[in-house]
Amino acid sequence: MPFLDAVRLALATIRVQKLKSFFTLLGVTIGVMFLIAVVSIVEGMGNYMENEFIGKLMGVNTFELRQRPNMVTGNVTRETWLSWLRRPRIRVSDVEPLATQLPAGTRWAHTSTDQVSVQSRYASPKDLEASAVDGDYFTIKRLDMAQGRAFSAQELQLGSSVVVIGPEVAKRYFPNLDPIGQELRLAGRPYTVVGVTESQGSIFGMSLDQFVIAPYRSPLRRVVNPPGVVDAVIFQSPTSEQMAESMEIVRGLMRGRHHLRPAVEDDFALQTSEGALAFFDKIKANLVAAGVVLPAFGLIVGAIVIMNIMLVAVAERTREIGIRKALGAKRRDSLAQFLVEAATLSTVGAAIGITLGIALAQGIAAATPLPASVAPWSIVAATLLGAGVGIVAGIYPASRASRLDPIAALRQE
Amino acid sequence: MSVTPDVLRDSEPGLATTAERQAVVDRAGQTPGREWVIVTRNLQRHYDMGGEIVRALRGANIAIRRNEYVAIMGPSGSGKSTLMNVIGCLDTPNEGEYWLNGQLVSKMKDDELARVRNKEIGFVFQTFNLLPRATALHNVELPLVYAGVSSEERKRRATEALERVQLGERLHHRPNELSGGQRQRVAIARALVNNPSILLADEPTGNLDSKTSEEIMKVFEELAQQGQTVIMVTHEPDIAQHARRVVVLRDGVISNDGPPSRVIPEYVQGH
Repeated sequence: MPFLDAVRLALATIRVQKLKSFFTLLGVTIGVMFLIAVVSIVEGMGNYMENEFIGKLMGVNTFELRQRPNMVTGNVTRETWLSWLRRPRIRVSDVEPLATQLPAGTRWAHTSTDQVSVQSRYASPKDLEASAVDGDYFTIKRLDMAQGRAFSAQELQLGSSVVVIGPEVAKRYFPNLDPIGQELRLAGRPYTVVGVTESQGSIFGMSLDQFVIAPYRSPLRRVVNPPGVVDAVIFQSPTSEQMAESMEIVRGLMRGRHHLRPAVEDDFALQTSEGALAFFDKIKANLVAAGVVLPAFGLIVGAIVIMNIMLVAVAERTREIGIRKALGAKRRDSLAQFLVEAATLSTVGAAIGITLGIALAQGIAAATPLPASVAPWSIVAATLLGAGVGIVAGIYPASRASRLDPIAALRQE
Repeated sequence: MSVTPDVLRDSEPGLATTAERQAVVDRAGQTPGREWVIVTRNLQRHYDMGGEIVRALRGANIAIRRNEYVAIMGPSGSGKSTLMNVIGCLDTPNEGEYWLNGQLVSKMKDDELARVRNKEIGFVFQTFNLLPRATALHNVELPLVYAGVSSEERKRRATEALERVQLGERLHHRPNELSGGQRQRVAIARALVNNPSILLADEPTGNLDSKTSEEIMKVFEELAQQGQTVIMVTHEPDIAQHARRVVVLRDGVISNDGPPSRVIPEYVQGH
């Protein structure tokens, strides 16, 4: 069967009947457009999570020891939540015994964070996230300084009243001033700014540059946590294999320190960036499902429209079908002709939809904090879907064409 | 070399009686040999028109040799169109046998009939039946498309066929850019492009003025002289005059068969 002829014929039909074709293809175009846009945005969020967000929040080959997970997959029941709250806290006294048992090259840090009122001579008080940290915190978190410096070993050791702040904090509290050496008050106590980090950008519109970090032994520790307690201990291994090994060591040591019997579950959480990703993947699956189901209605409407148009085309071109049959077209030739025509029509609709969908996704990415990334698989899927919709919609009209009696068809005016 | 069968020489009276026609068909043998391009035996075709049975063919016997130029005549309602559809493999008889080029067509299924139409029959219609949106070249290519001929070969053969009917200059014109006579010549080129056993023309001059009709008849004449079997259905004596043999159909059976010089006057008289 002349496949290319049928494709050419279908394209010629579209060109000749622009307005009719526009309405014919509208359903498929809109369906595919939203499919591409939604998938692009979900995919963009996914890439963002994997490449930026996780790196920023967790760091590479890093795991955290916490009392309870701070990123949770699925629903947590009230009972579970309460049992987490009853767990013993992670203590600063846990850090040293763990760190000494881990393979050489393993970095550690610990952090305790809370909302703290921050104020300077140039700005009114406002609650900000303030962390009291120790260890290789800046290295593990990949926080580079734009101005000034990180804490010295001595400052960490002595608990000096110094802070490193995010660029947004610097801008708000020291407008048009050099923040280095200035005084910043945390919960009423004075600290000296020694460094401003580089911008960490934002996630979904939330700035990552609004934070204050002080040494653990500074007075801040008494504000953010009860005495001796830390929120999380962070370990970074040189390789992912060593990370797995280190996690088992930490697990064993912590169970020992908490006197857990073998059958009892862990009363602490070991959280990895993979775990956080799994959490996001679950959200992503739901978003993709929603993003696929809604445009599917558009495609169903599109299929019905195409079926109608093809029935009209078969009726209008009965004589042509008769001529072709008289000249030797078999049933499957007539069938193929109209199937290819329907598929071509809806593939063109899908192609337009893909273009518009990409434009829509880019537009949304530009106008809102949502990132967008066009997934190659979604283009392939949309194209196949377009052709598939056309074939499904074309089956009934095409089979009617193929069953026409050539004599009756030739007699048609 | 004589291309006309002995029983059908213009000088002879032809097959005037039913018995004579039966004899020829019988002589074609149980399985007709190569010289017989068409043999029908006791062809019957009836339609159910809302409970009423219309008997369009009631036992037609025809034998046509290769290279004959035959006109089939008959008043309307004589079964002429039905016979043409059966001979053209667009329809199958309810009873009887139809042999085309050594193949028993009367028992074939749809797709086999499509293949036979493609290979053995070149149609020329009263209304030309060209695809309006396709160029002359593409129209002529169509039978080759369904024969599975490659695109290059298709172009070459379609161009040749159009040159044969003096339309080599009009390859890329659409039907609405051509005159009636030119359209019918495109249709003839399309009919010939796949080298069919028979050229089957249904009132080929019905939509043409008399001058153009003569032009088309000249083309048929040349084709017949080149050895192409031509079967032409017509109700116009002037057109039937061009054939070497005229078969008259009346009430679904053959009522006369012979050279135009004898049959046409008898037909006109009986009308």
